Amino acid sequence: MQLTRPFYKPDIDTINGGAAVERFYYDNKVVKAFMIATVVFGVVGMLAGIYAAVQLFWPAASLSLPYTTFGRVRPLHTNAIIFAFVGNGMFAGIYYSAPRLLKTALFSKVLTWIHFWGWQLIIVAAAITLPLGYTQGKEYAELEWTIDIAIAVIWVIFTINLIGTIIKRRERHMYVAIWFYIATAVTVALLHVVNAAAMPVTAFKSYSWYAGVQDALVQWWYGHNAVAFFLTTSYLGLMYYFLPKAANRPVFSYKLSIIHFWSLIFIYIWAGPHHLLYTALPDWAQSLGVVFSIMLLAPSWGGMLNGLLTLRGAWDRVRDNPVLKFFVVAVTCYGMATFEGPMLSLKNVSAIAHYTDWIIAHVHIGGLGWNGFMIFGMLYWLVPRMWKTELYSVKLANNHFWVGTLGILFYALPLYWAGFAQSLMWKEFTQDGFLAYPNFLETVTQIVPMYVLRAFGGVLYLTGTLMMVYNLIKTAKQGTFVAVEYDEAPALAKNVKVVGGHWHSVLERKPVLFTALAFVAVLIGGVVEFVPTAIIDSNVPTIASVKPYTPLELEGRDIYIREGCYTCHSQMIRPFRSETERYGEYSKAGEFVYDHPFQWGSKRTGPDLHRIGQKYPDSWHYNHMLEPESMSPGSIMPPYTWLFDDDYSKEDMAAKIRAQRIVGVPYPEGFENEAVADMERQAEGIAKNLKDSKINADKDKEIIAMIAYLQRMGTDIKNENTVRISDESRMK
Amino acid sequence: MFKNYLSSIEGISIYPIISLSVFVVFFVLLGYFVFKADKKYIKYMEELPLGDD
Repeated sequence: MQLTRPFYKPDIDTINGGAAVERFYYDNKVVKAFMIATVVFGVVGMLAGIYAAVQLFWPAASLSLPYTTFGRVRPLHTNAIIFAFVGNGMFAGIYYSAPRLLKTALFSKVLTWIHFWGWQLIIVAAAITLPLGYTQGKEYAELEWTIDIAIAVIWVIFTINLIGTIIKRRERHMYVAIWFYIATAVTVALLHVVNAAAMPVTAFKSYSWYAGVQDALVQWWYGHNAVAFFLTTSYLGLMYYFLPKAANRPVFSYKLSIIHFWSLIFIYIWAGPHHLLYTALPDWAQSLGVVFSIMLLAPSWGGMLNGLLTLRGAWDRVRDNPVLKFFVVAVTCYGMATFEGPMLSLKNVSAIAHYTDWIIAHVHIGGLGWNGFMIFGMLYWLVPRMWKTELYSVKLANNHFWVGTLGILFYALPLYWAGFAQSLMWKEFTQDGFLAYPNFLETVTQIVPMYVLRAFGGVLYLTGTLMMVYNLIKTAKQGTFVAVEYDEAPALAKNVKVVGGHWHSVLERKPVLFTALAFVAVLIGGVVEFVPTAIIDSNVPTIASVKPYTPLELEGRDIYIREGCYTCHSQMIRPFRSETERYGEYSKAGEFVYDHPFQWGSKRTGPDLHRIGQKYPDSWHYNHMLEPESMSPGSIMPPYTWLFDDDYSKEDMAAKIRAQRIVGVPYPEGFENEAVADMERQAEGIAKNLKDSKINADKDKEIIAMIAYLQRMGTDIKNENTVRISDESRMK
Repeated sequence: MFKNYLSSIEGISIYPIISLSVFVVFFVLLGYFVFKADKKYIKYMEELPLGDD
């Protein structure tokens, strides 16, 4: 059967007039598989989240094991929720709705199943490697390069399957949901490939291709747009399909949805730098990020209103329809999070909110409210349909709704409180001009009760999810699964030349052109942001005294990355008096030129570490890493006992030096051959320092390398001979 | 301080101008299309998802 017909007549009134009716099927099996995966990994991801949350008020819960410590569990949680829970939910929704909107079977059954199993394998690989400490050390992009390649391959397979399905379609025009799916597919591919660029050292170790400021810019261009295109556009597409279905009425305004789509994908891509306000990122890039973030309000709220107003005249049905209830709260949370986002990107608000729990609350309004509730609503709608039965218990679903909503509130409100409280404490000065809370720990112990409440919110949310699991299993059991649904539609007329119609309706008939334009739209933002930064590289504010790390420090830094220290500690002191008083000189762009990857972090559960170097003696770090409470009573940092048992690695050092040189760190040729000897020399020095403090330390243990790195951090500019190259050239 | 580095890039001011013009042109066209769109077409499109049950 010939199904590929790229060109047809544009007139809607005479769609497919006269063409033979063709019979085809919708494959529910793969939808079912993705639905099961989203539920299973959703529960796993939430459990990991609760476990991480508990460690923040009960550090002993880390069990003093490397695999179960916060720094490794937190990436496991975020990756599981984003890529496994939300990802599988997205694929279930797309594979259900796209064929039905396009009146065709999926492009390829084989590709569909490769996509399914490939994605699950990636998730399993993530679940194994992250606790083992294999990480690239970049938030939401932690997975190592081998897994990154697998992600790229599977994503391309998904994209081919989606575009292929669109090309095979019997429906002349692409409904707005399909546009959102296209934008998701092409943009996530772009983001992933650019951000994951790295130089491999071993199968599970690599160094980011970019360094310092550039790495930060690329990472937050990725990070922000992973939110935009993985968590948002895909689910907006699902909203435009499932919300009208559940309400049984068309979307409020299709015209608005057109504007919503283009403005959203155009503007979103630019907003990434708002994650880096007041950092060493160039000012112009920060301002660009702020302006576009504010502009984002318009399309975001356009989309939210379009969703909510779809229910006009049907609000009475929300009372007894749990699916609509979930959708209403999901869309409302979308509206709240997308109002909050632009506000947070204002520099004066960011000054307060950045590095605090406010941001954690903000993302969970999006994650728990928008993505989670969209998935729940979708599942409650899909399962009875796919199993040809009624929902087992509407009452239980309604209870889930309330437990889940309370869960969101118990999660978010304490963290808003904690964020404000801690930030104000950080910034408070006494009348004499000293910090009111010079001990960072005071500001942590103050908010620990809020951490307890937040974990309780997480437990509530998970409880609701488990209620849903029970309800859906019971529903499926009382029905019969319809593996394949048949439908028929006339084939599209073949090879009819396109004439007339508005340019946008022409676009909707040409999926490949549409995809290319959507790609260009997101590319423009990326290019305009990156090109000047790439040029800046040659004008970089180089600081002459900033030198590459010694091999031992590099090894220590790799341990720092492995343990996920960046999940709780920043390395970026903003130019505020409250920060320079507390931490020291603010951070300069030129200090990070050898940082592959950058480790600026985004949250201060503990203090900033950029000027930790030489602040304390080696023995302080030794004792602190072994038993944090011995140095900082009341600390919620977990002990890192294994650093005292395991030897640091020497065998990979030559390969590491070579890899670092390839990404641009100026280690001299042949240095790799001396690297191990250099490590041992420096380690002996540290062991001797410790001995002077009456600590008998084995010089080959990982803690020695860690101390070497911590003591180096941020110290280069303290060097007396500091002369900025730019200053030099100005003097000439 | 970063303005200094920025000013050393040749023709940097063209970037915001390019981006602004791209936006304006695109949205004017989009707005015009949406405003002029055929009612029958809009009605057809918005009912697309409802017809597949």
